[in-house]
Amino acid sequence: MTHAPERVKGETLLSVRDLSVTFDTRRGPFQAVRGTSFDVGRERVGIVGESGSGKSMTGRAILGLVRPPGRVTASRLTFDGIDLRALPDRQMRRIRGQRVSMVMQDPRYSLNPVMTVGRQIAEALRVHGRPSREEIRRRSLDMLTEVQIRDPERVLKAYPHELSGGMGQRVMIAMMLVTEPELLIADEPTSALDVTVQLDVLRILDDLVRRRGMGLIFISHDLRLVSTFCDRVLVMYRGRIVEEIEARRLHEARHPYTQGLLNCLPRIGGGHGDLPTLQRQEAWNDA
Amino acid sequence: MTSANIEDPRGPGRARIPSSRGLSRAARRVASFVFSLAVTLFGLLLVTFLIARVVPLDPVLAVVGDRATQAQYEAARVELGLDRPLPEQFVRYVGDVLTGDLGTANLTGQPVLRDIQRTFPNTLELATFATILGIVLGIPGGVVGAVFQGRWPDQVIRVVGLLGYSMPVFWLGLVALLIFYGILGWAPGPGRLDVTQQFTYEFDVTRYTGSVILDSALSGAWDVFRNAVAHLILPAAVLGYFSMAYISRMTRSFMLEQLGQEYITAARVKGVPEWRVIWVHALGNAMVPLITVIVLSYASLLEGSVLTETVFAWPGLGLYVTQALFAADFNAVLGGTLVIGAMFIVLNLLSDILYAIVDPRAR
Repeated sequence: MTHAPERVKGETLLSVRDLSVTFDTRRGPFQAVRGTSFDVGRERVGIVGESGSGKSMTGRAILGLVRPPGRVTASRLTFDGIDLRALPDRQMRRIRGQRVSMVMQDPRYSLNPVMTVGRQIAEALRVHGRPSREEIRRRSLDMLTEVQIRDPERVLKAYPHELSGGMGQRVMIAMMLVTEPELLIADEPTSALDVTVQLDVLRILDDLVRRRGMGLIFISHDLRLVSTFCDRVLVMYRGRIVEEIEARRLHEARHPYTQGLLNCLPRIGGGHGDLPTLQRQEAWNDA
Repeated sequence: MTSANIEDPRGPGRARIPSSRGLSRAARRVASFVFSLAVTLFGLLLVTFLIARVVPLDPVLAVVGDRATQAQYEAARVELGLDRPLPEQFVRYVGDVLTGDLGTANLTGQPVLRDIQRTFPNTLELATFATILGIVLGIPGGVVGAVFQGRWPDQVIRVVGLLGYSMPVFWLGLVALLIFYGILGWAPGPGRLDVTQQFTYEFDVTRYTGSVILDSALSGAWDVFRNAVAHLILPAAVLGYFSMAYISRMTRSFMLEQLGQEYITAARVKGVPEWRVIWVHALGNAMVPLITVIVLSYASLLEGSVLTETVFAWPGLGLYVTQALFAADFNAVLGGTLVIGAMFIVLNLLSDILYAIVDPRAR
């Protein structure tokens, strides 16, 4: 789908050092994310890993969305030079939605069922600044057109249950990008969709991210998808980043976990034998 | 009746009906409502009728007294139509009810319909004010409890609610009377009105609606109005306390469920302020199940505030029916039961309408 993309160098949008997310459970603290460090510029970074590897939690911690009893610690967590760790709520909200946004997994759950699409998009605009009614309408319609919704007037008045999954996710993307953020966190944006519409939604997302020159953190469990869609891939295992690699060099991955994941992928024409199971090793926990 | 009976093969609710047929859909809805109303009312009439015939109480004896001769007894029996076969009696009963004739109450010597017109508005006033109180205090209480889950505001609200649950209403009513009427003298005593206001009400106030508060206001009798409101406060507060305890508990649990949903996170991602996330996004969705809870609690107050009405000498329907029951006054009991049953049907309709307002998926 994509050619080898040029990485825009120099400008670092997001800088994360030693990020940990801890939950205090009855059996002692549980670390969902254990000291991850990475930088994201105006590029497309994929985070892959199996369920529970901490990839979603990483995304949510960046936006300050980890609710108690979860605790977030980091030695550095900055966006555009702004320290997000101790930011007052009001300033944090100015960054959320406006400058950093997130597309979530399943539009059936991530859109408010009792609010029209129009109101939900308008809300994103209204939270930041005081746009006029006409401006809201124009920008909403433009945005819906940008995500290739054919009948934006009708969709504005529709409720989420009246949309199909693919439409819902396009509305979600529109809602999260209408404020023109600089960084987008896409948390499994196509996993809940039909295979037939997954590619459409990805193409729309890819197109928007390129045209606007945004930074993208693409969270997925689908290694192959991430490698075609992103410039760089972070592989997470048990709350840690075990490998960071350029997407087109993925086949040169050195870490046994990444190699294991790659080996588990079926290949067209690869015969009908059983796929190998991932052999985990204790040592990876501390990698 | 032809097309309405054929089930949509795509299954109920899933069909996308074009807007041009919206009118016929509305008509079908009204028709189906009227039909279900008729069926429910018919069932209600049948049940009340059968209860009256099955219970081992002699309605004739209640009329003539136990010193009547056999001839007097027989005459009364024929006059009441009790010598006819049951189905005929039932048809007559339905006809009477439909023409507004609920018989005469032995207890008061008045037509039952007039007794109900006199007592039901009082119950309606009490239940309505109590429910408003329950909503106004219970919903914010539940929301705050959910937001501060496990911390002290939540604990305080829970304890207050628990007290409401566990205290018998007559006891709470008596204590309230003792403190606010007996000791502090802030509230007027039991009854609907003070004796002097009662006179003014009986003779100078036009009965537009049957509600003392509304009628006195409409007639401009402000002394009566003030007195009626003052008398309402204490019993409404006691009943409202129970309503509040129930509503806040349910609100809390619905809110906790909604606050864990993904669209809440999505709203936070957009930068929506927390108060709006809670009171607009989460509460907007929690209102859907809450409507059923509120309407049901309202309905139970309408039928079952007998104890409160007794403690506060409130001349409402609950008190009326209870007294009629003790006096074996069947016309009055059945009339009251019918009104309460009809109320349930009306409230059912009300909750359907509210549902459609709150939940777009129910439209």
